[in-house]
Amino acid sequence: MAHVSDLIEKDILGYLQAHQQKGLMRFITCGSVDDGKSTLIGRLLYDSKMIFEDQLAALESDSKKVGTQGGEIDFALLVDGLAAEREQGITIDVAYRFFSTDKRKFIVADTPGHEQYTRNMITGASTADLAVILMDARKGVLVQTRRHSFLVSLIGIKNVVLAINKMDLVGYSQETFDKIVADYRAFAKQIGFENILAIPISGLKGDNITEKSNATPWYKGPTLMHHLETVQIEERVKSGPFRMWVQWVNRPDLDFRGFSGQIVSGVVRPGDRIRALPSARESVVTRIVTKDGDLSEAIAGQSVTLTLRDEIDISRGDLLASSDSLAGVADQFNATLVWMNDTQLLPGRPYWLKIGARTITASVTEIKHKVNVNTLEQLAAKSLELNEIASVNLSVDLPIPFDAYTENKETGGFILVDRMTNATVAAGMIQFALRRSQNIHWQAVDVDKGARAALKGQKACVLWFTGLSGSGKSTIANLVEQQLYALGRHTYMLDGDNVRHGLNRDLGFSDTDRVENIRRVAEVSKLMVDAGLITLVSFISPFRAERRLARDLMQAGEFFEVFVDTPLAEAERRDPKGLYKKARKGEVKNFTGIDSPYEAPENPELRIDTTQMTAEEAAAYILRQLEERGMLMGFRVAEDTTPTA
Amino acid sequence: MSALNNLQRLEAESIHIMREVVAECDNPVMLYSIGKDSAVMLHLAAKAFYPSKPPFPLLHVDTTWKFKAMYEMRERMAKELGFELLVHKNPEAVAKNINPFDHGSALHTDMWKTEGLKQALDKYKFDAAFGGARRDEEKSRAKERIFSFRSAQHRWDPKHQRPELWQLYNAKKHKGESIRVFPISNWTELDIWQYIYLEKIPIVPLYYSAVRPVVNRSGTLIMVDDERMPLLPGEKPMMKKVRFRTLGCYPLTGAIESEAETLPDIIQEMLLTRSSERQGRVIDHDAAASMEKKKQEGYF
Repeated sequence: MAHVSDLIEKDILGYLQAHQQKGLMRFITCGSVDDGKSTLIGRLLYDSKMIFEDQLAALESDSKKVGTQGGEIDFALLVDGLAAEREQGITIDVAYRFFSTDKRKFIVADTPGHEQYTRNMITGASTADLAVILMDARKGVLVQTRRHSFLVSLIGIKNVVLAINKMDLVGYSQETFDKIVADYRAFAKQIGFENILAIPISGLKGDNITEKSNATPWYKGPTLMHHLETVQIEERVKSGPFRMWVQWVNRPDLDFRGFSGQIVSGVVRPGDRIRALPSARESVVTRIVTKDGDLSEAIAGQSVTLTLRDEIDISRGDLLASSDSLAGVADQFNATLVWMNDTQLLPGRPYWLKIGARTITASVTEIKHKVNVNTLEQLAAKSLELNEIASVNLSVDLPIPFDAYTENKETGGFILVDRMTNATVAAGMIQFALRRSQNIHWQAVDVDKGARAALKGQKACVLWFTGLSGSGKSTIANLVEQQLYALGRHTYMLDGDNVRHGLNRDLGFSDTDRVENIRRVAEVSKLMVDAGLITLVSFISPFRAERRLARDLMQAGEFFEVFVDTPLAEAERRDPKGLYKKARKGEVKNFTGIDSPYEAPENPELRIDTTQMTAEEAAAYILRQLEERGMLMGFRVAEDTTPTA
Repeated sequence: MSALNNLQRLEAESIHIMREVVAECDNPVMLYSIGKDSAVMLHLAAKAFYPSKPPFPLLHVDTTWKFKAMYEMRERMAKELGFELLVHKNPEAVAKNINPFDHGSALHTDMWKTEGLKQALDKYKFDAAFGGARRDEEKSRAKERIFSFRSAQHRWDPKHQRPELWQLYNAKKHKGESIRVFPISNWTELDIWQYIYLEKIPIVPLYYSAVRPVVNRSGTLIMVDDERMPLLPGEKPMMKKVRFRTLGCYPLTGAIESEAETLPDIIQEMLLTRSSERQGRVIDHDAAASMEKKKQEGYF
């Protein structure tokens, strides 16, 4: 068995020769502590002789001290230690364990605990070739079995082992085993599992783990270890069409230009025609360069550097694909999203999306429905919380190459990253491109923004006033507009309260609705700027992410963030609409500053400290700043001595 | 060509990780400890960017107490593979002549390695540092991410680790933050040795058994590598046929008696030995300081 084969002692060179060909399999074990998951993994490590004497001595002494097996070896202790880590507050979504036998090396993704189970399991399963779903023979198919199975199917694992554990506690009963398997198969059909192998085991006693058990003579199948060693695993969709993300453009000197990346599917040979997506420019592979010499062929999984016949423009994030079988290119998708962060998903909010080697801006345009992972029921949703799974529509700011996730995990799987905290907040799987993204084109126009603004003798821009309710935003914006009007400038003012009476009257004050509120106003102000107007926007706009969205819609130099900085206590003292009083009494919910956050701007173009300036002084200051930045085209504002903030 | 085997898959994964870091970070560096894992990491880096030279320097955070043979190997490898080599020694530790004999292993490691590393990263403003840690080394490594983030103060915040899905690594970070990247996370000790054997990677000769002068300090065989080693009254170095399973500061690294003079011998011995490789490291036995705690403080 395993390492301690006679070969090592007698013929180490022969052993090394044999082991050079050893394959690698990654698998995940799904189950809770109660199912005996840690015991099973500990047993696999122990039986494959992966435990050294110093570790074994520690294990034996720990088993006596804190073990649950009456002084006998408690295998769970080998892998656990997780309870203590949880107490320390360490996030452990996955721990990876290693063992190997004569045939394969194994990497086990061990996902602990009940809490945040979805997030942990999806993370561990994303790289797994096979899943072992553990069940307690005494309990049969439970809600959590369904949940584990659903997640395994979602992440696209094709090889599933149903390990019915603790058979020793049901007297190794074939009847019990058969009934559980029949129950499970009925359920498994719903989620499309076809190849399931069920094995009766006892992690504790070692039945059918590495040795066939005498206690289950009625079981004719392989032991768990034998199955893990021999089952066919998908070797990186070798048969699929050629795909490689360009990770890095390799330019050691002017004579060499190569494209480095890892082949994610298919095969490539010199002479193959390929296209670079999204541009779809075509060329021919001339060399497959590695430090060990040029290759005549490279297959899925290899990291290589390709050179091409033509000097076409290719950069990081492009997808090289076989000309015969191209990947899709689109900017709107339907995708399955697994939310992994404590901060909820808000439709409309921009996130970074990373797919392959490409990072772009994306936002969820619609949550179609979320899924109850226990019952598979579809539910309506306006936002997503940690560990929730949903079908969503997604929009990216530039077309990207892709395949459906079911076709190719590496060209269909993506992550979302929060643009403020940089946290990885979601895992996503592209299902299909939305057709409308292919049919709506930009209408080219001859009279453009510059022309419209020039006719009015001005430069178009947005003055975006942000600040707490009662900070004085609208008062100052009004004064600025009056003065601009007096100077013959063409303006328009979008006021938070007014817009909520019309365009946004369907929106409330939840975080989700606030994001949508700002998104619409940002889009409207973009149209106004396009019309050549100086646009004044007076909205609380409490979140940085949405102000950033508005800024990103405009061209450089068009967006002026004006932070009307009034301390909460002062705004509450003024309370011009009596809203703070109501909010304090709980009569108004989600009130910014009271029970909903205000994220102050970090680098606004202009900051107005209203405890130092009157509204009139502020307006004059803003006008002077506009003039200094050339926005008023020649007009001079009278000198004035207002202190600058 | 048939499916990739274990070592080919590991090699391709490590190269993928290194290229991601170079593409996404402004100023990466590779930490070089001169041990066997570092040797493999350097070899992989040379492959990852070929025909370009690796687009980052090597950094050796020197304690001044490494084996002589390690310093020789350091100079040789940097030159052969075309790396720029940076060596940093904590000036405070230099001034105070910090050493394991007078100050103990904990302070020695903290001053030279933990503090020295922070100083070097700050000095050169590196935003990503490759390290050769492996997940199979011990329990606390098993849950380490491949991209592990450090605050501007170099602290590891285990509460905000990012999930790593598929092969997608999120390298976004705020100004001042840095990433420790472990491209050989998924290699085991056996994988490392097999790869060294197959790829004929040069390693420090101390891994091979030879007759060397050692003293026995409470059951640990310590090699007398230079004249700085204080001998106890009446203590005389013995000549024994020994080798090292891991390499660090010579006063803190235990030798094992061995007949293994070739790589196959070493692999054979490793497979037949029943104790884990970290056993020879004095640092792991310091009861008060778990690896977890060390990491939070900024130890690699």
